[in-house]
Amino acid sequence: MNVCILSGKGGTGKTTVAVNLSVLLGADYFDCDVEEPNGFLFLKPENVVSEESKVDYPVFDKQKCLLCGNCAGACEFHALANTRQSILLFPELCHGCHACELVCKPGAISYAQRTTGRIEKGEAHGNRCARGVLNVGESMAVPVIRKLLGGLPENGNCLLDCAPGTSCNVTAALKFADAAVIVTEPTAFGLHDMLLAAELLETRGIPFGVVVNKSDGKDEIIESACTARCIPLFGRIPFSRMAAEAYSRGKLLANLPEYRAPFESIAQSIREAFAWN
Amino acid sequence: MKIAFSCTGTDDTARTDPRFGRCEAFAVADTETQKIAYMQNAAQSAAGGAGIAAAQQLIDAGVKGVLTGNLGPNAFRVLSEAGIKAYCIGEMSVPEALAAFMKGGLAPIGEAGNAHAGMRGGPNA
Repeated sequence: MNVCILSGKGGTGKTTVAVNLSVLLGADYFDCDVEEPNGFLFLKPENVVSEESKVDYPVFDKQKCLLCGNCAGACEFHALANTRQSILLFPELCHGCHACELVCKPGAISYAQRTTGRIEKGEAHGNRCARGVLNVGESMAVPVIRKLLGGLPENGNCLLDCAPGTSCNVTAALKFADAAVIVTEPTAFGLHDMLLAAELLETRGIPFGVVVNKSDGKDEIIESACTARCIPLFGRIPFSRMAAEAYSRGKLLANLPEYRAPFESIAQSIREAFAWN
Repeated sequence: MKIAFSCTGTDDTARTDPRFGRCEAFAVADTETQKIAYMQNAAQSAAGGAGIAAAQQLIDAGVKGVLTGNLGPNAFRVLSEAGIKAYCIGEMSVPEALAAFMKGGLAPIGEAGNAHAGMRGGPNA
């Protein structure tokens, strides 16, 4: 089973929940937030190996190219322009989708690859962990996420720590999801974006529940919304300075005596809800 | 010769627009007949590559000169390779801009302004 951890709003604690649950559930961890992967700061994996992540870009055979411009017209991302002197390529906009090849009648297009990021794999706490890292200056996270998750084990137990929001960077990971957890916080922004994430998961038919991080013990704003929509509440993680300090030092909250029980309880709720393990 | 202005609408009440890739429309003027035609900028709400797509639209329309405020590096590269000259123009009505071009002396845009990704820098970025 693959469980995606998402949030809508950034900074609610996806990684905090994902890394601690990875340890408690004995699940492999995949950091899909490739624009700013930070799970390894907490898991501190060993034996890390790195592999480049590449995307295709078109190369034009000038002997064959008729400068018809069909390729530029077909490019949804405006990565190509037909100046009537040559076809210009803007590699940073090219998604490597090969649409240009489909419409090139003289067959003037072949492909080369450029590196836009890397995949790192290691081991921590007896689990496999991996992350995608998008190179600075690159804007396309999805190819790196696809490559990262292309290596998901069959029949494994995996936690996929997703990007914030509900964009392509999230949906690229959701393609691999059997279930999901939304991590939110008891604020108006947390609620608003949690509902966006919930709507996304509902349209995909992915079962999910909610974890409230930075809980003040009341969490009425989240609780009432979950009750109204029949969304299960998997648990709460109390707000405290101690948690913030441990986080800022890269420590796992589940190792703090005060936080062991809340995380155990969340892990148990997830086991039951998704029939995990 | 056909020249194009980035502008705010598709009739003679339109003003020139300092934005290139994200402008509302382009006015295409014939310098011989002084006739002005308007076309929507198809790239205005493109997710990305708006400057490139807008430049492509003007190449396809057969223009030889562009009058605008700022050109990003990608649009500048496309127009340069196509042999289209770009000039800087202030904010005014389209007929006034055509008159300014005919008078001559407009500053050519010789290098691109700062790149910006989509509209994340705000509408005036």
